[in-house]
Amino acid sequence: MSNYIKLIVLGLVVVFAAIGSNYARDLAYQVHAILVMLIAGGLFIWTLRNTEEPDILVDRSGEYMDDVIRYGVIATAFWGVVGFLAGTFIAFQLAFPVLNFEWAQGYLNFGRLRPLHTSAVIFAFGGNALIATSFYVVQRTSAARLWGGNLAWFVFWGYQLFIVLAATGYILGGTQSKEYAEPEWYVDLWLTVVWVAYLAVYLGTIIKRKEPHIYVANWFYLAFIVTVAMLHLVNNMTIPVSIWGSKSVIVWSGVQDAMIQWWYGHNAVGFFLTAGFLGMMYYFIPKQAERPVFSYKLSIIHFWALIFLYIWAGPHHLHYTALPDWASTLGMVFSVILWMPSWGGMINGLMTLSGAWDKLRTDPVIRMMVISVGFYGMSTFEGPMMSIRAVNSLSHYTDWTIGHVHSGALGWNGMITFGALYFLVPVLWKRERLYSLQMVSWHFWLATIGIVLYAASMWVTGIMEGLMWREVDANGFLVNSFADTVAAKFPMYVVRALGGVLFVAGSVIMCYNLWMTVRKAPAKEASLTVAVPAE
Amino acid sequence: MEEYTLLRQFADSWMLLLLFVFFIGIIIWVFRPGASKEYNDTANIPFRHQDKPATSKEARQ
Repeated sequence: MSNYIKLIVLGLVVVFAAIGSNYARDLAYQVHAILVMLIAGGLFIWTLRNTEEPDILVDRSGEYMDDVIRYGVIATAFWGVVGFLAGTFIAFQLAFPVLNFEWAQGYLNFGRLRPLHTSAVIFAFGGNALIATSFYVVQRTSAARLWGGNLAWFVFWGYQLFIVLAATGYILGGTQSKEYAEPEWYVDLWLTVVWVAYLAVYLGTIIKRKEPHIYVANWFYLAFIVTVAMLHLVNNMTIPVSIWGSKSVIVWSGVQDAMIQWWYGHNAVGFFLTAGFLGMMYYFIPKQAERPVFSYKLSIIHFWALIFLYIWAGPHHLHYTALPDWASTLGMVFSVILWMPSWGGMINGLMTLSGAWDKLRTDPVIRMMVISVGFYGMSTFEGPMMSIRAVNSLSHYTDWTIGHVHSGALGWNGMITFGALYFLVPVLWKRERLYSLQMVSWHFWLATIGIVLYAASMWVTGIMEGLMWREVDANGFLVNSFADTVAAKFPMYVVRALGGVLFVAGSVIMCYNLWMTVRKAPAKEASLTVAVPAE
Repeated sequence: MEEYTLLRQFADSWMLLLLFVFFIGIIIWVFRPGASKEYNDTANIPFRHQDKPATSKEARQ
């Protein structure tokens, strides 16, 4: 019966998309309409061929739903490499403008590729990592199979469709120009549907849990899912100009729009890139270290302090703008206070290793996790400092901000994800161990040196250009033109791009290592107890 | 009173107090007597049920 409903819905989608591809007012919408038409048509045929087939009901309630997580792990690694490559390419574009090819103007120039890079790493790489690990963690810590049957598959594939629509939209010009929220209205609506399904699967699993308590990692994951839903809805309140076109108009205006955008933007950092990844930290570091988290009490205080404070920090993006001073002061004060819970969490992660510090010497995976927490501590100190109005007057609009973002994103989000992938692949594919720990070490050092090159060059160029912009001569005239700062930044831009090359190289080694783990590492015997040997 | 002023006054007073009391309440609650024993058990959740879900028999009530 449900197949007939599916067929009706899919058929309607195909017809609507076909009409849309005919009436489309712009290229991005047209390509998306054709894409949706093909996908829905394919699903229609597939559903049709399976309709009225005898149902083979297998009771799977006695095992975890891991195949969707395996897909998620592959998607994470794939989108990671794509996003890092895009980032490295645009870094070279900044150093060598000739790479903004004349034949690809309007498609592959820096302005089009930059949101492609940010969305690929944050939403495709980070998002897939969060969905996959949250599905893994919520099942293990609830001792229950994922709720909702195939709904988890819908979340996975629906999210991939969102990524493809967003990425192709940017290149073809379908963007609403809100940072980290560039996708246009219909892509936003689709993400809303997928996200509600994600929340249902997650919450459903927690509700049917067999453990009396909800482990702290789930609190962080849940805060991430709920808050991102709220941010997404409020920041994307737009009215489409036409249902046959991608252009839409935001309902907020002026400084309210700017404030909502940065309330969204900073909490995308706070809840997508921090709370969600802290959920990862609270599960995978104890697992890899084989000891419970340092202080469970601290983890509870960490959670409430973090979510109470982060939500207020956004206005620090709008110092010296039309935003009232009291609001930007509020954002600044909360950002500075936020330093404390951040470091509380860092201490909790690091001290989990107390009594097992020797693992740092022998286990490159735990080394990866520890350096990720180290970078978390560093960027959560740098962030509050940069939010102070006086510091911000120097750092804002300079490359310092980009350096800060990357020490957080590459160092904290990237490294903890790599650690989680190295943990997950042997477990999910039932291998005894990773294919090569030496390659993990190579990945570790390539990535670390890459980040150091990146962050250091951006500090130098950021502070330099900030100082050059404000330099005035004895008569009060500006000394430097904008082009002077661009010329002065060239060597640092080359160093930054080289750092990116190292980081990409490390991630490619990781992909090879994980692939060979699945192909070549000895299979696990009957006993499935998970313990990655520390040698 | 206009809407903005009303909301603003509420946010500045009762809501602020509520959130503050809630937060302090959590800190006190975390350090309640007997909490350590319970949290020791909770902190070990990741080391149970790694391979398959708990059956209702072994579920811990």
